[in-house]
Amino acid sequence: MTSQAMKTPPLLSIKGLTKHFPLKKSLFSKGDVVRAVDQIDFDVLPGETLGVVGESGCGKSTTARLLMQLINPTAGEVIFDGMRVGGRDLPLKEFRRQVQMVFQDSYASLNPRLTIEDSIAFGPQVHGVSKQESLARAHDLLERVGLSPARFAARYTHELSGGQRQRVNIARALALQPRVVILDEAVSALDKSVEAQVLNLLLDLKDAFKLTYVFISHDLNVVRYVSDRVMVMYLGQVVEVGPADALFDKPAHPYTQALLSSIPAMDPEHRTEKAAISGDPPNPINPPSGCRFHTRCPKAQAICAQSAPVLGMARSAHPVACLMYESDSGYDHNVTEQVAV
Amino acid sequence: MTDAINAPYVSIQNLIVTFTGGVRPVKAVNGVDLRVNRGEVVALIGESGSGKSVTLRSVLRLHNERRTTITGSIKVGEQDVLKLSADALANFRGKTAAMIFQEPLLALDPVYSVGAQIIESIRRHENVTHVDAHKRALELFERVRIPSPKRRLDAYPHEMSGGMRQRAMIALALACKPQLLLADEPTTALDATVQIQVLLLLRELQREFGLSVIFVTHDIGAAVEVADRIAVMYAGRIVEEGPVTTLLRAPRHPYTLALLRSRAHGAMEKVDGKRPRLETIAGAPPDLSLPQTGCAFAPRCRLVNNACKQTQPDATTISAGHHARCLRLDATA
Repeated sequence: MTSQAMKTPPLLSIKGLTKHFPLKKSLFSKGDVVRAVDQIDFDVLPGETLGVVGESGCGKSTTARLLMQLINPTAGEVIFDGMRVGGRDLPLKEFRRQVQMVFQDSYASLNPRLTIEDSIAFGPQVHGVSKQESLARAHDLLERVGLSPARFAARYTHELSGGQRQRVNIARALALQPRVVILDEAVSALDKSVEAQVLNLLLDLKDAFKLTYVFISHDLNVVRYVSDRVMVMYLGQVVEVGPADALFDKPAHPYTQALLSSIPAMDPEHRTEKAAISGDPPNPINPPSGCRFHTRCPKAQAICAQSAPVLGMARSAHPVACLMYESDSGYDHNVTEQVAV
Repeated sequence: MTDAINAPYVSIQNLIVTFTGGVRPVKAVNGVDLRVNRGEVVALIGESGSGKSVTLRSVLRLHNERRTTITGSIKVGEQDVLKLSADALANFRGKTAAMIFQEPLLALDPVYSVGAQIIESIRRHENVTHVDAHKRALELFERVRIPSPKRRLDAYPHEMSGGMRQRAMIALALACKPQLLLADEPTTALDATVQIQVLLLLRELQREFGLSVIFVTHDIGAAVEVADRIAVMYAGRIVEEGPVTTLLRAPRHPYTLALLRSRAHGAMEKVDGKRPRLETIAGAPPDLSLPQTGCAFAPRCRLVNNACKQTQPDATTISAGHHARCLRLDATA
């Protein structure tokens, strides 16, 4: 009880978040929906970096867009600092001042007709900061992200390299002095040597401005490097969430295990001999019944096709959505090899 | 080591590729020498703009000839690629050397079924009936393990998932039993669980058919999974080349060293509850439309001295098959 009371309240709390994209009805299709994100719950704690991993189509970018309220959820809500986003206490505009986002495509996310100082100063001006002060803030931030204002402030985006543009995007996200920054594949398009520079920058800025990050990436090594906790998604659902090192060292969910064993070994004498799972992720239009991973899962039993697992920690150190770890789920541990619990 | 006994199957010598379409000519490849033996897999790694894909595409002469100047020589078997006539080039492509690309959706023709494209390719190069070609296409689909291959032959590229399309493109590339496979970032666009499947498939097919492979990637991890040798490119040159184990365990060029150290992979150990900062390479690669004097990596190199800025370093042999272009190799031992 006491430990419950002492726990820090989450900065962001996501409850039952769902997004279904309707498909066009036509003569041949009956108006299916893409279940991009289906009933997910998670918290983001103040000051942490929450990494989100999963394959394409697992809903990680949709989750980011839902968090930012760039698209409207089909169901569910986002609670920020105890207040419902879009409610009376926290109008959307105020929420967006506190939560900012950096996208993967550094070129498409900047206005090509604005100089970079104007791009960065634009947000504060919208929120009522004077032009002069906004520009001063922009110059200060350019300095912070390692672009000398004297050389770069008056340039246009096409005059910058990919790494420089992403630094501008980061400066712009910070211009409103947000508390949370959502980084959606923010370093994925960069070359390795530049990626390392930007990752170091992100970690420095996090310390300097006491930021909270939601870091979305398909690069598992990078996610482990930056994250305090990691959330693994598969076909629109959360399958496992836990502290980064614990999750990477002892993944519980069979999908997480497969995903992690797919990282190239970097050891020419012990190359990967066998792929952990076969095939591609199924289509989120008609996701498999029961546990969505059962069609590719090496440990699936008949029950997995019928009964959908719930994210819980009955028999695991951190929350997992798998029938193997649920009590009385009907999963027979004696049939396949016994799993360490 | 076998170099002395067997002549290399692919031999690229002093390859220089200049794109002349823009305002200033861009020297994308600036003197590449590369040999690939029969049945050997060589990975060309480097960052964007390093010239790895340009080198690879030159082997099939895929560059627009009106806007590209290519000098040097490329020999595949007995054939001198840069001197082939249009007819001979068409026979060479697909039959002797075939290529797989990063994005199969762009590389495959969207208006023909995948099966039709494979059959067309077989019949272009060999005198076989449609029925026989169809049979071979089916065998290929089974070989690359496409589920329900019979049905999938009639599928169009957009009807397949990303991993399946990549398998179909591999089947198409292998349709005419080439001896040389050129792979241009074939797994970069794939998800992790699918990437490893395709890498394992490539490795298996390479062994089975005794293929020579040039595998271009920016992902060292993928290169380590398939390659016998790795060549690291920077600013249009191969700066270091060696057997995969040597290159990974004992790299000598400062660029290779920095590239390996900048990976998050190696920085997982926490110090005082925090992970160490990543080692970075300051600055950015040079503009290849400007003339270079000296080593192209010199402006970013932590071991730079005056000589580095004056002379372009020649390749120095460190051990059998391990070469690097650097004047400061004494400092990286």
